[in-house]
Formats: sequence, structure tokens, C-alpha cells
Amino acid sequence: MKHYLTTCCFCGCGCGLYLHVTNGRVVGSSPSRNHPVSRNNLCVKGWHIHEFIHDSGRLTRPLVRKNGTLVHTDWDEALELTAERLSGTISTHGSDAIGVVSSAKCTNEENYLLQKFTRAVLSTNNVDHCARL
Amino acid sequence: MTNSIEELRGAEVIMVIGSNTTEAHPQVARRLVAAVDNGKNLIVIDPRRTAISEFADIHLQIRPGTDIPLLNAMMRIILDENLIDDVFIEMRTENFSSLRDSLYTMDLNELIAITGVTAEAIGQAARMYARAQKGVICYCLGITQHICGTGNVESIANLAMITGNVEQSFTGVNPLRGQNNVQGACDMGALPGVFPGYQPVQDLETRKKFERAWKKSLPENLGMTLMQMTHSGRDGQIRAMFIMGENPVLSDPHASLVKETLEGLDFLAVSDIFLTETAELADVVFPAASFAEKDGTVTNSERRVQLMRRAILPIGKCRTDSDIIMELSKRMGYRMDYEDMAEVMEEIALLTPIYGGIYHDRLEKDWGLQWPCTDRNHPGTPYLHKYSFTRGKGRFVPAEHHPPDESPDSEYPFLLMTGRVYHHYHTGTMTRTSEMLEREAPRAVLEIHPDDAGSLNIRKGDMVKISSKRGSIEIEAEPTTRVMKKSLYTSFNFRETPVNILTNPAMDPVAECPEYKICAVKVEKVGHNE
Repeated sequence: MKHYLTTCCFCGCGCGLYLHVTNGRVVGSSPSRNHPVSRNNLCVKGWHIHEFIHDSGRLTRPLVRKNGTLVHTDWDEALELTAERLSGTISTHGSDAIGVVSSAKCTNEENYLLQKFTRAVLSTNNVDHCARL
Repeated sequence: MTNSIEELRGAEVIMVIGSNTTEAHPQVARRLVAAVDNGKNLIVIDPRRTAISEFADIHLQIRPGTDIPLLNAMMRIILDENLIDDVFIEMRTENFSSLRDSLYTMDLNELIAITGVTAEAIGQAARMYARAQKGVICYCLGITQHICGTGNVESIANLAMITGNVEQSFTGVNPLRGQNNVQGACDMGALPGVFPGYQPVQDLETRKKFERAWKKSLPENLGMTLMQMTHSGRDGQIRAMFIMGENPVLSDPHASLVKETLEGLDFLAVSDIFLTETAELADVVFPAASFAEKDGTVTNSERRVQLMRRAILPIGKCRTDSDIIMELSKRMGYRMDYEDMAEVMEEIALLTPIYGGIYHDRLEKDWGLQWPCTDRNHPGTPYLHKYSFTRGKGRFVPAEHHPPDESPDSEYPFLLMTGRVYHHYHTGTMTRTSEMLEREAPRAVLEIHPDDAGSLNIRKGDMVKISSKRGSIEIEAEPTTRVMKKSLYTSFNFRETPVNILTNPAMDPVAECPEYKICAVKVEKVGHNE
């Protein structure tokens, strides 16, 4: 079993915890002893953090809506269609007709890239996330 | 937070206002309990009898939405009894006279009457906090999720400044951030008015700097906020959306309008790890990698930037959100080529002064770095405002009582507050897959005072229908004295009881934070849950 030191994905406390990995599956978690926030302690959500990762409900393939229902597709179609529809919206309605919602659950780098994409590629400042909620 | 979580142990007096700390921020609550164990004083201000209030020396159970009159009453008492910190006010602040004048025009007895708490208790709390050498305030969404949220926060700042309770270790004002990276998402400029590091998009020099770095001309007009985008209705200005890792259909107020808005779009793309209520409405759904399947950094409530490390490869055909954004960008004619997330962070450091010294290799060595961290030799900043505030001097902004947007009336006689439970996270997409967590907290309950329950013939376990002007849900009742008479409480973590159908989207005009904490509802018994 391997242990990977990472940061908890739930609340703003930001505990340091280890993910326990066997055969490519996360099977458990434990707190970091010296981390300044967790100090060898996790809340009940942290102790059970591994459970959702391999849940059968996880999305594992891209989906696209055809005739009203979401069906499996490949990455190429999903990305191409999105790029096409976003470009189409810009040319018919202008850049400010696009809204982007970033995430307080994603990393700093992902948030940086998404606001850069919104501002530099979509040419709008319509980007926000749930901070106000 | 102006302080670090660990510092809370060292405060003499801790005042917790609008925070259900044990359930929402367990690690902060642990420090509060430890401080009480060590003989420190705890003041809790909350309309509910929360778990943390049981540890308090003083619990001010104020009427919901009366934080400003309470804080003004405390300040007035501090002023009358000359417990202010003259030196701090003189050297570090400005506009004190306007606060003082405003407090003197208020009638103390009237303020106290609005809060519903006794004058003795308020005086005791005011003296306890003002006399502390090291006083800390922690606040959370009970303060901000009001139509007068900005006034609430300014009043807290006023109280901390007149008593000089800022600028040292163990001393400050600490908003507890909810999501693991809500601090970072703000820091990174996922906001309509600012680039990374809170640099305004309308500032020409700033925009030029980013235009040079990104080699694109950039828009200068302010963008729309989340609430403007998701509540504009079927024929709003927004025609297409990309939503990454959020579930507004369950988490935003007046949820049925959010759904209607998203259904009315020409195109919606959603990236998530589960098929959420929001993803179900999408035209394209990207399967995203979870936190265990990617590298990157997140910034916690105490501004600590920390590494998330990949433990396993993305499951199935999942890809990381960064991958998805870079692919989309490439297909729209703008290449974003980064070797890895460390390289993205280098670009962030170059363009963002407060993150100027934050690089992945430095984060490897210790427990992350707390911003501001301006260059590679900067050790980070455990607590803020040591010698001066960000804007120079701290400015007093007096605030007056602002009644909630929606008050109970004869048709909707109860006041509903919403919050979170310990065992689940936000809309429950992740935590509700865990059998153990589900066993501990399988459903939301409606907390109702036993006297109110009695008069409506409602017993524990009965199903009740609660309705606001915007809609209704059915939920199990739990009579308890945790809530006051005529007020109700439930959590928004459960999709079976989507309480945000009821909540009021009226917002604070400055922060645009909706008033989740107060809406008027009626309660009817519908049956008994076996």
C-alpha cells in the first residue's frame, strides 16, 4: 500500500491527509501528524474521503445531448461541439452572451486557466464562482 | 482570515458570530474548544443554540438579522465605558468621528430591544471582548448571507478596530471560508471584476500587463456575477454557459428560476465528477478527474497555498479540468501549452504580486505558504495587517440596522434559516455516496420550536410542507429548543429536500451575496414518516 500526502477537498480548513492506494484504488485515508491544521486529526468527512472517488456514479465518459437525451460520446466530439457552439454564440450574440462559472472545488491553476480562457479567448469578464453563496 | 487557524488557541477572548463552527469548520472548532479548556473566554452570537454555543461563557441568542444593532450596542457600551483603544484608533485608523457620532445618535435601549437579548448579557460580552489583550472574532455565512451582509462585516471590523484587536498574532478578524478552494478561486480572479490577485479589470495599466503576458486584447467592461447569470430567466442576455464543478441548480437561492434559466440557454456545457442536477440539463457533459487524480494547489481559509498531489490516474476516460480548458482553448484558436501545473503556477507568480513567491518546489518542502508572499525569499504571512492595513489606515464605516428583505407576515408566519450538517458537504454529490456518512445523516430535518410544533399538532417524525412565495418542499419535522419560537432551521445538503426552492434571492447590493439565512415561510402538517 502506498500513501500519498495531499490536501482535503472538502472545507476551507484545508487538512493535510494521506490517501492510501492499493492497485490503483484509493482505499482509505489518514491525517498528517504534523500538518498545522489537521495535527493528526480529521473530521468524519475526511476519514471517508476515499469513498466517493471510486463510486459507481462517477462520470467516466463524455456525454452529449442527442434527441433530448444525454448519450455517451468521445472526447473529440464533446470538445469540438463545445468549441463550435461557444464560437457560434460569440459570432451571433457577442462575447458577453457567454457566461462561465468556475469552481471553489477546483485548483488554483484550474481557476487561473479558466478565467484566462474566459478573458483571453471568449473575450468577456463574465466569470464568477460560488464565493458569494 | 487575518490569522492562522493554529493562532486561535492563543487568543484570550474568542467571539464567534454567525458560524456553526463544529459542523462547518471542525478543525477551527477544535481550536475553540481547546482554548476554552485552557481557560480562555468564548462568546457565541447565534440565533440558534449550536453545539459550539454550549461551550460559550456567553451565548447571545439574537433574533435573526439583528447583527448590526447588536454590534452597535456593544460598541456604544464600549464607548460609554471608555474601553476603546485610543492609541490604535489614532495611529491606525480614520473616520472614527463618524462612527462615534453615529453611535451617539442611536438609542442604546432601542438597539438592545431589536436584538431580543438582555442588556446585561450584551454589556458582559462587550466588556469581555474590549478588555481582552488578544481578542479574535470568527465569522461565517451567518454574517454574510444577509441583505445587509456588507454592513454586518463592516460592523465587525469597526468593533475590532475601536478595541485595537487587529495586527498581532492571536488577534484579528477571521471570516471562515466554506469550500476548500473558495479563497483560491477568488485569488485567481474567477470573479467578474478582477484579474488574479484582485487587480481590477478596469485599471488600464493592469489590463495592459495581462494583455502583454497573454498576447490578446482583453475586455474592459465588468462581467456579470453568478447570480446575474443564473437568475436572468429564460430570455436573459446569457445564451451559452460553461459550468465547471458547481451545482447551482441545488445550491443557489430560488432554485426553480436557476433551472428555468439554464433550460432556456442555447447551449450549456458542464464539467463535473458526477451527473449533478446541473449536469442533467447540459448539452455536453465532461467527466472530470477528482482531487485524487490531479496535481495542483488549493488555498485554505488562512490563505495557506498547499499542494494537492495525484494519488491515482484519472478513472475511466476522465480528464482533469485543466486539460479540458486547454483543449477547448486550442480548438478555439488560442494555444495554452503548459508542461505541468507547476508551470501554470510560475505564470501566476509572475502576474500576481500576492502570489509572487509561490512556486510548487517551495510548497514541496513545508506545509505550503500563506499569502501575501511576494518573492522567492518571502516566508509568507501568518497574520495580516501587522503595521498597516492594505489600504493604509483602517476606515470606520458606520452601519445602521437594515431589516431583512422578507419578514414573516400573517400568510408566511415563520422565519426560515438554512445551513449545513457535519456529515455532508454542500449539495452532497460526494459525501452522500459514502454508506457510513449516509447512515449517520440520511436526510434533512426541519428544526421547529416545541411550542410552535405543539400549536400545529406536529410531532417528531411528522412530515410537514414548508412553503415560501417561491415554492414548497416536504420535510421531516424535529421539534427542538435549538431554534427560537417562530424560527425554523434546515440544511441544504439533501437533494430530496431542495430547500433552495424556498430561499430568497434578494442580495446585498455590494457583495451580491443572497439572503439565504432569512426567508418567510408557512408550515403545514402532511403526514407521519414511519
